[in-house]
Amino acid sequence: MQENHSTPSHVSFFEETGGRKGIFKWILTTDHKRIGLLYLYSIATFFIVGAALGVMMRLELMYPGQQFVKPATYNSLFTLHGVIMIFLFIIPGIPAVFGNIMLPILIGAKDVAFPRVNLLSWYLYVIGAIFALSTLVFGSGPADTGWTFYAPYSVNTETNVSMSVLAAFVLGFSSILTGLNFIVTIHRMRAPGMSWFKMPLFAWSLYATAWIQLLATPVIGITLLMIFAERFLGVGLFDPSLGGDPILYQHMFWIYSHPAVYVMVLPAMGVISEIVSTFAQRKIYGYRAIAYSSLAIAFIGYFVWGHHMFTSGMSGPARVIFSILTFLVAIPSAVKVFNWLATLYGGSINLKVPLLYALGFIFLFMIGGLTGLILGALATDVHLHDTVFVVGHFHYVMFGGTGFAFMAAIHYWFPKIYGINYNMRRAISSFWVLFVGFNVMYFPMMVVGVMGMPRRYFDYLPEFHVPNFIATIGSWILSVGLIMMIGNLIVAFRKPKRAVDNPWNGRTLEWTVATPPTLENFDVIPTITKGPYEYHEQ
Amino acid sequence: MNIMSSSISNSDTIAAHYVDEHRDDEASKLGMWLFLFTELILFGGLFLVYSIYRMMNPEAFAAGSFHLNVSIGAINTVVLITSSATVALSISALQFKKKRLTINLLLVTILFAFIFMVNKYFEWGHKFELGLFPGGDAFNALEGGERLFYVLYYFMTGLHGLHVIIGAALIAWVAWEVKVGKQTHDNFAFLENAGLYWHLVDLIWIFLFPLMYLIN
Repeated sequence: MQENHSTPSHVSFFEETGGRKGIFKWILTTDHKRIGLLYLYSIATFFIVGAALGVMMRLELMYPGQQFVKPATYNSLFTLHGVIMIFLFIIPGIPAVFGNIMLPILIGAKDVAFPRVNLLSWYLYVIGAIFALSTLVFGSGPADTGWTFYAPYSVNTETNVSMSVLAAFVLGFSSILTGLNFIVTIHRMRAPGMSWFKMPLFAWSLYATAWIQLLATPVIGITLLMIFAERFLGVGLFDPSLGGDPILYQHMFWIYSHPAVYVMVLPAMGVISEIVSTFAQRKIYGYRAIAYSSLAIAFIGYFVWGHHMFTSGMSGPARVIFSILTFLVAIPSAVKVFNWLATLYGGSINLKVPLLYALGFIFLFMIGGLTGLILGALATDVHLHDTVFVVGHFHYVMFGGTGFAFMAAIHYWFPKIYGINYNMRRAISSFWVLFVGFNVMYFPMMVVGVMGMPRRYFDYLPEFHVPNFIATIGSWILSVGLIMMIGNLIVAFRKPKRAVDNPWNGRTLEWTVATPPTLENFDVIPTITKGPYEYHEQ
Repeated sequence: MNIMSSSISNSDTIAAHYVDEHRDDEASKLGMWLFLFTELILFGGLFLVYSIYRMMNPEAFAAGSFHLNVSIGAINTVVLITSSATVALSISALQFKKKRLTINLLLVTILFAFIFMVNKYFEWGHKFELGLFPGGDAFNALEGGERLFYVLYYFMTGLHGLHVIIGAALIAWVAWEVKVGKQTHDNFAFLENAGLYWHLVDLIWIFLFPLMYLIN
């Protein structure tokens, strides 16, 4: 443990108001740390809403037959759950919160390249969120199409698809601006001496992510505009009765939405790289391999979208090619996993809660990744494609992967951001409740999926009852874990225990600045002479 | 493109390029280029849909194209290319400290944008009179492929027209900044970025014109 270097007189970014009062300190700020926190609070709110919708779905599925929601309501539930969790939580998630707060500090900059654009992207996020949630109140009920808005159903349904589509469009714009900002920041604002290969791996993963956000998101933008035109003008672009091709919509949708899953997971992998190195007190194994594998995932990720459409009637050769490419993308992901394990091997491991979450990530992401290969293989996918197995797989990579990395990141950087410590014992016990609850909830889904239970239905055959019942119990354990974890972080503010500047003995730049950081992060921009994870030379 | 490569190769001495802490012209130009990439991909999605439907209905697309007015399209192409030249000249003019000339060139660019939109208005208006719009009688009488052609025609030229309007508004704003002295001979990043945007608007039209008007 190092001594606390910040002088008592340092003015943290919380105290620096820029002459603004009350709420304007926040909503007019251009400080990347405040914007990151604005994102954190809004994203956390929507996560809780989305999780509550998920719990309601599990309650409906506890017993066979209709329990307490109508079939149509169930359709709206899983659509809204998907739209909120995908567009409002997991796509902005780590980049917009921890990328915003930490990226400039990690590369030795005072802010992002375009601070006002950064604030604009948060405004767009809020506008998109209001659009998405307004479907609950306005129009003829929330969309019931699933978050994929497949045509032609999304064109014909009575529900308020237009508003949801508009929300996704605006949120896409917000995502593009964040990506654009990060690319320019990394190109132009690295501290003197910080060459590309002296950047922390979290910065690398954000860089790869930003290119996907930039180059993939416009495709969904234009596709959603076409759905919009379709609904208002009935033009028939995707309507077979008017000459259009609904499969083309699926292609257009997944050309964005498959790369988007790497927008969701790449930053998570960056967080894990930071945490594994810090808590093993060891130089990361295979730095360049991890950095390049981020770029490789981003690149290959563009060419695998077809695996979402194996059962949609693509030609045989197209399916085989997409299947092979899908297997390829597993290689760079595995490179990362092996490098993390090799970093841990022989390290002096400090089993604090961020590392626990990171290990949880590795374990759950491996299950998610390997079940992904089962779905990437043509023969098995044809059987499993429309079953709950896919739901289980997706939640293992997204919640077990990115969700756990998000929680790892919160516990890792919480002392730096707020300057106070949370209770470690309670944090550890809430991790275990979450971890157990997660597996109890999602593992039975994969089992019942293999048994043949279709997804997207409010009801099921009696033989699927036991796994569904267990999964619902799991959702309760998971909820308790979430409440314990969030509660523990909130309680930390009641009797604040001052955190030191470098509680985990990290080597990256954020641990060298004051706690909480000052408005401009650095009094003097540092000159970088060595790599980010030099633990062997004290 | 060459700004991209120069910013990579100079990466280790980047800090030296700042004008000051709050102004980095290279960064704003890089940001604009990245934004233009997103615009290209936005239209790229439409070009993809266009090419697939044209491949599925080659004759219907040719028939639809036959009814478009090639001369109006050609005039508009010339108008836009000329306006790209005037906006490029305005940047040089400002670098030579010729403020009045800069503003005039920008106003001429806006005039060209206006001419383009007026032509577009008459072109669309004529089609609407004939009932060739989604929901119109003549449109409904068409078979699927030709309908798709018209839908894409309206969608793509409409989205492009929206970009013309945004671009013209941007140039009007820049002209005002030149007038009040916010854009000067050694500080003209915004003018340059607006110019880049205008070239994009021009570029997209250069692809739209042959794809829509000149089939066969």
